[in-house]
Amino acid sequence: MTVAKKPRKLGLKQRYSMLTRGLDWETTYQPMDKVFPYTSYEGIKIKDWDDWVDPFRLTMDAYWKYQAEKERKLYAVIDSFSQNNGHLGITDARYVNALKLFLTGVSPLEYMAHRGFAHVGRHFSGVGPRIACQMQSLDELRHVQTQVHAMSHYNKFFDGLHDFRHMHDRVWYLSVPKSFFDDAYSAGPFEFLTSISFAFEYVLTNLLFVPFMSGAAYNGDMATVTFGFSAQSDEARHMTLGLEVIKFMLEQHEDNVPIVQRWIDKWAWRGYRVLALVAMMMDYMLPKRIMSWQEAWEMYFEEAGGALFADLARYGIRPPKTAEVAAKEKSRLSHEVWSIFYNYTHAAAFHTWMPSEDEMRWLAEKYPDTFERYYRPRYEHWIAQEKAGNRFYNQALPMLCQVCQIPMAFTEPDDPSKICFRSSDFGGDKYHFCSDGCKEIFDFEPRKYVQAWLPVHQIYQGNCGGATVPEVLDWYHLNQGADNLDYNGSPDQEFWEKWKADRARAAS
Amino acid sequence: MAHIVSITLQNNDDARPIIEAIEQDNPEATVNVYPAMVKIDCPGRLEIRRETVEEKLGRPWDVQEIHLVVISLAGNLDEEDDYLTLEWNN
Repeated sequence: MTVAKKPRKLGLKQRYSMLTRGLDWETTYQPMDKVFPYTSYEGIKIKDWDDWVDPFRLTMDAYWKYQAEKERKLYAVIDSFSQNNGHLGITDARYVNALKLFLTGVSPLEYMAHRGFAHVGRHFSGVGPRIACQMQSLDELRHVQTQVHAMSHYNKFFDGLHDFRHMHDRVWYLSVPKSFFDDAYSAGPFEFLTSISFAFEYVLTNLLFVPFMSGAAYNGDMATVTFGFSAQSDEARHMTLGLEVIKFMLEQHEDNVPIVQRWIDKWAWRGYRVLALVAMMMDYMLPKRIMSWQEAWEMYFEEAGGALFADLARYGIRPPKTAEVAAKEKSRLSHEVWSIFYNYTHAAAFHTWMPSEDEMRWLAEKYPDTFERYYRPRYEHWIAQEKAGNRFYNQALPMLCQVCQIPMAFTEPDDPSKICFRSSDFGGDKYHFCSDGCKEIFDFEPRKYVQAWLPVHQIYQGNCGGATVPEVLDWYHLNQGADNLDYNGSPDQEFWEKWKADRARAAS
Repeated sequence: MAHIVSITLQNNDDARPIIEAIEQDNPEATVNVYPAMVKIDCPGRLEIRRETVEEKLGRPWDVQEIHLVVISLAGNLDEEDDYLTLEWNN
């Protein structure tokens, strides 16, 4: 069957070229390097911006049309979810703690991505990447908006979701994702695209997407699943931008290769450290689990990364150094991070809990070399303390890594029984790091990282509302006795247990 | 041995004709069905042809309509009015 087709006057490449190249010009009132002051200070050399190949070629009319269609579909589902009490369809209220972590930790990053892409969308002297970055800036603003909408329904029924913007800028564990993005945002345009478009949105994206969105699908969270798929279609465009910018820099000048390699090493490492929060979420916070962190890392980084870095090898790029340490840590990471949060749940805006016997069996099966030996013993100790009415909360504040800002509880790559501790001296002070990866980042640009706003240091300096934990929690806008402490005994649990009892009564 | 290129689409009615077109035009492709999504892997190169999709769909189709159903991709992308290809250079 032949289908009638409207003839197009210009091909896709030509239409896109009219939009981008056709609307560009060389400035004359001011010299180009004054209008675009950030183009060369990073040392990246571009011989010819015309070599830039646009991966996706969405002209503005097509962009608005498809984005509007996605919005219509998404909001129909969100409205329906809200009207039909969709939150009651989740597997268990413990799952909502993954959403609390997402809304306070990840959604504000989408906003910073919007700001960052708006910035580089102004400052690249090449028009192709400028347009791609401007569209991405709109996409990222859309993502934060749709995430807030998708999760706003849960805020009516569960604790910890009421002040995500305020908490993101202050709460100790949220400085981990926040500092990651602030680091990228305050870098130059080429480093920003390497860190976000390439390292985060191409190399590591599946390690954020699969855990949260599949976690939502497996645990009955229709609103988040629908948001996830709606955003992922934008992410496909973002991924191609990341791959294109890397290839472009590497093809333009051989002097760019060592600079790009250093950025790949740095940002794969920083991204990996932020993903420690996801590792914990996957292995401990999902009532119905998809796969272990170790399995996800093996599938999405070790296997999938192979094809990508084989492609880049022709430019003289090797896979990031992250790979070696991450491989050693993969059977330990989630347990160490869950333990950190178990210690400090009195100061967190989400709940933690000890895994059940069934859950420990799953963990032992997924982590045969480490779980029984290193982690079950401490969990059994904490379970005993909780049973005796002494649920453990650590009253001392932890030392944070100067770079990734995570409490320094990671262990030596080659020795899980020893805390990994590194330091450097700079300007008469000593700085501390969780790993060689973070230390190397600091040592290359110490003047940047000595300015880090470390939550624990700031508390001790009196900048966080007071000298006691309750005063600090007030300053965080944390509702004490509701947002924090163990899931057992929480208002979330009380609400959920009542719903389960009502449902059982109605069904009998 | 060629590295795998891949495209992942939502598992819904809009994507079905696209998936069928890919299977027809890329004999070496493997279609993996997961909850809510379909991941199509192919060694070296994968091509989506507008003409084949229109045949399956029964109406004119713009290659860019794929934006409504795409979730993820792997490989170097080339987008044109009549096709979309993914390819590794190694």
